This record gives sequence, C-alpha cells and structure tokens, in this order.
Amino acid sequence: MNDDVVFRAQGLTKVYHMGDVDVHALRGVDLDLRRGELVVLLGPSGSGKSTLLNILGGLDVPSAGHVWYDGHDLTKASERELTRFRRQHVGFVFQFYNLIPSLTARENVAIVTEIAEDPMTPEEALRRVGLEDRMDHFPSQLSGGQQQRIAIARAIAKRPSVLLCDEPTGALDSATGVHVLEAIETINATLGTTTVVITHNADIARMAHRVLYLGDGRIVSEKLNDARTPASELTW
Amino acid sequence: MSALARKALRDLWHLRGQALAIALVIAAGIANLVMAQSTYESLQQTREHFYREYAFADVFASAKRVPQTVSARIAGILGVQTVQTRLMASGTLHLAGFDDPVRAQLLSVPKEGGQPDLNRLYLRAGRLPLADGHHEAVIGEAFANAHGLKPGDAVEATIYGHRQRLDIVGVAISPEYIYQIQPGATFPDYRRFAIVWINERVLESALDMQGAFNSVTLRLRPGIDPAAVIDELDRLLARYGGLGAYAREDQISNHFLNEELRQLQMMAKLFPIIFLSVAAFLLSVVMTRLIDTQRDQVAILKAFGYSAREIGRHFLAIVGAIAATGAVLGIAGGAWLGSLLAGIYQEFYRFPFLDYHLSAVSITTGLVVAIVAAFLGAWRAVVKAVRLPPAEAMRPPAPARFHASLLERAGLIRLLSQPNRMILRNIERRPWKAALSVIGLALACAIMMVGRFQENAINRMIDVQLRVAAHQDISVDFIEATGRAALSELRALPDVRAVEPVRSVAVRLRHANYSYRTGLSGLARDASLRRPVDALLQPITAPDSGVLLTDYLQQRLHVEVGDQLEIDVLQGRQARIEVKVAGFVHEYIGAQAYMDLDAMNRLLGDGDVVSGALLAVDARSDQDLFARLDRRPRIAGFSERRTDIQSFYDTMGESLLVFTFISMLLGGVINFGVVYNSARIALSERGRELASLRVLGFTRGEIGHILLGELFMLVAASIPLGCAAGWALCWIMVRNLQSDLFRVPLVLLPSTFAFAILTMAGSTLVSAMIVRRRIARLDLVAVLKTRE
Ligand SMILES: Nc1ncnc2c1ncn2[C@@H]1O[C@H](COP(=O)(O)OP(=O)(O)OP(=O)(O)O)[C@@H](O)[C@H]1O
Ligand SMILES: [Mg+2]
Repeated sequence: MNDDVVFRAQGLTKVYHMGDVDVHALRGVDLDLRRGELVVLLGPSGSGKSTLLNILGGLDVPSAGHVWYDGHDLTKASERELTRFRRQHVGFVFQFYNLIPSLTARENVAIVTEIAEDPMTPEEALRRVGLEDRMDHFPSQLSGGQQQRIAIARAIAKRPSVLLCDEPTGALDSATGVHVLEAIETINATLGTTTVVITHNADIARMAHRVLYLGDGRIVSEKLNDARTPASELTW
Repeated sequence: MSALARKALRDLWHLRGQALAIALVIAAGIANLVMAQSTYESLQQTREHFYREYAFADVFASAKRVPQTVSARIAGILGVQTVQTRLMASGTLHLAGFDDPVRAQLLSVPKEGGQPDLNRLYLRAGRLPLADGHHEAVIGEAFANAHGLKPGDAVEATIYGHRQRLDIVGVAISPEYIYQIQPGATFPDYRRFAIVWINERVLESALDMQGAFNSVTLRLRPGIDPAAVIDELDRLLARYGGLGAYAREDQISNHFLNEELRQLQMMAKLFPIIFLSVAAFLLSVVMTRLIDTQRDQVAILKAFGYSAREIGRHFLAIVGAIAATGAVLGIAGGAWLGSLLAGIYQEFYRFPFLDYHLSAVSITTGLVVAIVAAFLGAWRAVVKAVRLPPAEAMRPPAPARFHASLLERAGLIRLLSQPNRMILRNIERRPWKAALSVIGLALACAIMMVGRFQENAINRMIDVQLRVAAHQDISVDFIEATGRAALSELRALPDVRAVEPVRSVAVRLRHANYSYRTGLSGLARDASLRRPVDALLQPITAPDSGVLLTDYLQQRLHVEVGDQLEIDVLQGRQARIEVKVAGFVHEYIGAQAYMDLDAMNRLLGDGDVVSGALLAVDARSDQDLFARLDRRPRIAGFSERRTDIQSFYDTMGESLLVFTFISMLLGGVINFGVVYNSARIALSERGRELASLRVLGFTRGEIGHILLGELFMLVAASIPLGCAAGWALCWIMVRNLQSDLFRVPLVLLPSTFAFAILTMAGSTLVSAMIVRRRIARLDLVAVLKTRE
C-alpha cells in the first residue's frame, strides 16, 4: 500500500432498512485519501455524502466493504477500538456546530483535549481560529460563524490526522463562511491534517486539492485542482 | 475540574427546580428509613444493654404462698443459674391533692438491703431501702415524674386494707417495667399507677408471709430452652397455688417492646418503598427528557472519542448528585425525627437512658438505598444515552406521532375546545407516563390518608373497648377469690347503683398444637356492665357450657365455633377442663376468654367465688366512695373507666396530631414532586408549541390552561385511585400491626377521604402557582430561536 494513503475504502455500501423499503445510501464506494490532502466532496442532497463521512470517521459502520485507516481495517474494529480511533485521530465539524451549550468556548475545546494524547492547549486551538478573545463566552453568546470556528478549534485541538467537515458553512452567510474555510485551510496547511469537506457549494471546491463528486451512492467523477484558489478569495 | 464534570454541574443547576423536587421526595423516603432504622437500633441496643447490666430475668412465676425452702429445689432445676424469690402485692397510694385512686404494684427488695440478684434497679435518685428501713420505699420514675415526687417526700399506702406511711428514699427504673401498665387497664396511666419497692420485711408482715414468697424470677444458663424449665417450675409450684410460669417473651413489658420493634421494622420498609418508587419514576421522566434534549451533545462526545462508559458515568453522576442530596437531607431529617421519636419513646418506655444514636449502618443504608433507587429509576434513560448511535443522533429526532384520540374517534371531540383537545391528545400520546404520574399522585393521596387513619382507628378501638362493651364506672379487684358475700357488702355502700361479679383466672388455652396463655373471665349471665360484643357490635353471652374467645385467638389457636378447647387453669385447683368454643368476641385490645360465671365455677371446682366486681355508681368520682373502698381489707385495688379513657387521650392526643401533620407534609412532598416535574417537563417539551401559540395570539391564561389543564386532569384521575391506594396502605399497616396486644381496625371515615382530597387539591394549587410563574416568564423569542 502506498505510504501516503491515510484512508482506503473499497466497495463501501450502506443500506438502511426503513420498514419494508431498503434505502441504499452507498452503493460501492472506492476511495483513497492521501496524507495532507484537502478533499471536497460534492453531490446532491441524499447522495450519501454524510453517510460516507461518518463511516470514514468511525461513527458508523458500512453494510459491506472495507475501510483501512493506516492499514487497520476499521470495519473489523470493535466498538471500543472505534472509540479509541476517534479519540486519537479524528476531528469532526458539523453543519450545526453542535457545541455543548452549557460549556464556554474554552471548555468546549477542553472537553476534547482532556482525553487526547498530545493535544494543544484550548487557548492555542482557539487562537488558531482567531477567537482568543471569546474564550469565556457561552455558545448562546456567539454568532453562528464564531460558533463554527469554535467547533473547528475543538476538532483540531487534539492534532488529529484527519479533519472531517460536514457542510461547515451550510448555516452561514458567505463572508462568515469564508472565515471558517480560511480556518480549515490554515489547519490543513500548517498541521498537514488530511481534510475532507462536504459541501453543496461548487465554488468551495476551488480551494481543494481534489474534488470528488458523489451521486446516488457512488463516486461519479473526480477532479484534481491544478491551481487552488485560496479560501480568502472565494465568493458565492 | 474536567469539562465534563463542569457540564454535569451546569446541567444540574439548569434542572435545579426539578432536581430539588426529586431530592425532596428521596429525602422523605430516606428520612422515614433512617428514622425507623436508627430508632430501632437505638431502642434495641439500649434494651439489650439495660437487660444485661440490670440482670433482667429469663423466667417469671407467681404463686399464692411458697415456703422459702422450695427456693433451693427451684435452683436445682436443670438449666437454672440464678433464683430470686420475692413478694409482690397490689395496693393503693394516697397523695395529698390528688383525689383519684392510685394503684400500686408493690415489690420486695432483699431484707438485708441492697439490690436483688435479678431485675435490679437503676436508681435515678436516692438509694435503696435499708435493712431496717421500715417505712422506706423506692418509687418508679414514671409515677415520680407525673407527680413531681422525689426522695424525702412521703406518701400514704394501703396494703391489704392496712394503711401506712411510706418515706420515699429513691426513684428507680427496672428492666421489668420499661413499659408499665396497670393490671386490667387498656393504656398506661403514669398518674394512677405506681411501681413501689419496699423492704421484704415490711411486705412480709403486711401480707402475713413470714418465711414464704409469692413470686420468683430465674436467670437460665446460656442456651437453655425455657420451655422445659417452665414445665418443671409449674410442677413444683402447683401445690403452692402457682399461677403458671412464663418466659421473657410473654413478660408484658418485654412483649410490648418486641411489638414496638416489629413496627419500626415495618416502617423502615413500607414508607421508604413508596417514596423511593415515586422518586425513581420522577428521575426516569426527568433523565429521559434531559437525554432526549441532549442527543446531539451525546453524539458529539461520542464522535470525539468519549466511550459509552464515560457517557453513562456522566449521566449517572447527575442522578447520583440528586440522590445524594436527597440522601443527605433525608439522613439529617431522619436523625432529627429519630431523636424526636426517641423522645416520645422516653414518655412511653422507661429506660435509664435512651441512647439515641445515628449509626454508621443507618447512614450507609440511607445513602445506598437512595442511590440504588435513583439509579434504577434513571437506568433506562441512561442506557438509551449509552447505546445512542452517534451518526444517527446527529439527525434531529423524528417528529412525535399524534393519533386521533379515543374521544375523537368516538366523535366526542367536537364537544371540546381546542386547548382541551391538545390536552387530551398529549395525555393519550404518552399513556405510560400519564399512568405513572397518576400512580405517583395516588400514592401521595394514600400517604395523606394514613395520618388520619390512625386517629379514626384509635377512636374506634376506644369506642368499642371502653364504651360499647364496657359500662361500669369502677372496677374492683379482690386480693383473692372470695365468696359472693363481698358483693353484698359493696352493694350496701352509698351511691352504688349496681354491682356485678367477675372472676378472672390465669389459664393456658390449648387447641391441637397451639396454646396461648391468657386470662379467663367469668361474667354473670345477666351482666349489663361488661358485655362482650360480636363483630356486629351486638352483645353476646356465653351459653351454659361454652367459652367465648377474642376473635384474634381464632387464628392464633386455629379454632372454629364448635371445636373443643382445652383449658389448663393455672391457679386454684389447677383444673384442666374441656369446653366447646361457643363464639368469638370482637375486641381490639388484648386476647382472652369468657365464660358464664356459674358454669366456670362449676367446672373449676373452687366453689362459688368471685375475684372482682364491676360497679355502677350514681355520683361519679365520689371521693367518699373511694375512701370507703380503700378501707376494705379484701380489695387489692380499683380503677375508674372514665379516667382510663381520659388518660389515653391525654397521652396520645398530641402525638396523633403531629403524626397527621407529618403525613400531610410527606404526601405534599410527593404531590409537589410529581406536579412540578410534570409541568416542567411539559413546558420543556412543548415550550416551542406554546410559544408559537402565544405568538398566534393566545393569552397567558390559555397557555396556562393547556399546560396545567393536563395536570389537573391527572390529579383528578389520581384521586379515586389514591383513595383506593390509601385504603390498601392502611390495610397493609393493619395486617402488619396485628398482635395479641392489639389489633388496629381498618376504619376510614368519610372525613378522612375528604381530608386527603382537599390536601391534594391544596398542594396541587400551590405547585401549579409555582409553575405558572414560570409560564409568565416564558421568553417567546428565545424559545422560538433555539434549535430543539
Ligand atoms: N439513519 C438513517 N436511516 C434511514 N435512512 C437514512 C439514514 N441516514 C441516511 N439515510 C438515507 O440515506 C441517504 C443518504 O443520506 P446522507 O445523509 O448520507 O445524504 P447527504 O448526501 O449527506 O445529503 P444532504 O446533502 O441532504 O446532507 C438518504 O436517502 C437518507 O435518507
Ligand atoms: Mg449530509
């Protein structure tokens, strides 16, 4: 296996049983993710993007197929091993930030650094997303963009090997969205974190090394960006 | 502090109203548990200690007159370690400024001075009578306190018609008389009953018992079965007029204490179970709601690598904090109530010290029980959080499914306004939660009934025992069985309207393998002053050759009407007779047998004798009559029925009130816990819906109606169930309180139901008012803005 490949997925399928009907969310996905790569995942609603991301992050298991992370087959891992995998290697960012409302910005990051092996301090993580002056605010006292940047700080504070972002700008206006994407870009560049960003927004794809198009549970096409556009220059 | 611990603390703070309500319910349960448990332990240990240090005897016997020489033969019975012989007699005391007759139980202390070998005295004040202290007496503490008597005071005593002065030299307590009750009385009366210890020499001459004794107590070697010793002792004493020996278990004071301890053990279970079940239910509702609202937070924690175990621990910590708060409050409350209860016990039971202490065992039990109950309640909710698949939890929960309600399907919905329809649908959507809330409220109602039930029951007991079945004004006991001439003498006294004979003997009743030691009373055929009644409270008389038994003995001896009953008479000629059971007497206090006096005298073969008389008098509390009775040499003592009732209400009235108040308070706690929590949960579940309604122009009143209307319906539904549950709870108590000493009747008057219903309504209103204040503050914008 290529040393540079962090994730390798082969023949991933996911079927949800909803009463009498089977929903095929993934219908055989093959995929390699290389170290330090920033990949954008595009596709229409219901095409299986979130499902794929959740499986890569060890939040969910496929119905068939395999995922290797650094040579370890995640589909054979126990619940306990998956938990350890997420704890040590994965950072998530979700569309609705999902901060813990009863904790301050600093505490929302600390809750992750406390269980990680070699984390940065919550203060440093917040500085990297430009929020050092809002550390003691509760989520309800912050705007959506600020909340999402805290979510990013939380995701990167453990120095994860992969950062998985599911529509990180979905709930934000474009100026704020750019701010958030800049934060993601900086993390990817400075920490070398393999990053996957799901979006509906084709413009965002311009910042990626590589763009994957998902349609009806399959990867329908792939595009390499020879010239990436910095996040700060994106508009939509 | 870790961020997760901080979250737990802030969640708790956010839930503080509900958490406190639940903690209070837990506290009420634990307070009951700790109170009963710690009082039980304290009472038990104090008693053991007192029995040991003051050499409480194992076997007791009395007889008419036994020569001192027999003492050595008693000591020779296999298994006997110590023998203490003594003299016992009844007498009357006279106190300046107290007109009622005071009965005295006189006991001898050794001639040479000093303590007896068994049943030693704990001297609260003063000293024992000296060897030559002819007028010296030690009196029991209960009586001394009731009259403010102390060493240096003097009283007049009549012993077998002979009046003499007694100088009080000491005030004492004895392991034999921790519970003191006058022979034949229903309730203790410390003002009119005294225990008096005097030198054996004095009693010897008053009773004309030189060189003899009439009472003996034994200490047995460890591990010896008293039954064999009792048989042997009965054989030895038979020809000296033995009255049947008995073991510690049957000794009246000890027997009462055993019953009290049994009740405490029951209390330690029954009430805590109720409170803790309600608390567990409330925790299950609150934690389910908390975890539902935190689905995404749980998912996030899992996504970032928190293990299922850590998530479970986090929520259990919240539950544990609520339980621990409840337990701490409950332990403190229980200790306080326990020391109050111990104080009340000090009134009823005479211990040299009642060393109330809260043991480590009580504390640990309280804590562990609270936490286990809370965890059981929250278990399902926490397991749900632990099992929550993180990927799925990131999606919002599916909208609640509503069905057309039963009433709607029945077409009745058109009769209801829109808010009422919402109420109904909401109840029907969660039938289990509604049902459990109703059960919780019903238990609150049931607990409120218990306090009043005690009062109803005790009134009934007194009514039947002392009013329906007894009409005499004064009961008189003779020193020994005498001819009927004694009755004529009483009849001749001024003011005496009627005199009826009674004869009581100590007996052992036997049927199949069962036996019971008690008294057999012979009553005149045409008696009107003392008339046993049947279950319908109709007077019944024993037929010529049958025996009537207290209904309790039916189960104790497994007898039915028509069965042959063996009666060993334990005194006089020690006859052994066989009689048919002719019927059962409805009695709540004591357990005994009744026969027709003539038939009894014929069968016992001691001649036509009586042992006492019942008097009806014209002028009540006639001091002149008391004085005359007192001068009669053959009268051992007498008592008034009126004062018996009065003294009971004097002692019990206040504690009944306290008990009613406490049960009202405890029921109120449950009611508040359930009502407040249901309302808060409803507010949290439906805040958005209600806020939207406000935006659409519904008034606060209408919103309150939707939210509280649901609760009022639940409370209304709980009341019939609560009345039934209250009845059942009282029934359980009645079943568990049964003993040969007393049976508590299951009497629940309409006023008791009314009381419970009104208290429920009252506490519901108070809880509702608190919730309404929250609705008034409902922040429309905030509610609508936040993502569920
Ligand atoms: N837990 C589930 N149970 C049943 N079906 C599910 C579940 N999760 C996803 N699906 C279905 O699987 C398909 C793929 O869902 P997924 O969330 O991966 O799509 P998506 O590409 O992320 O869409 P969107 O852009 O709207 O977020 C959809 O049809 C969805 O309805
Ligand atoms: Mg998605």
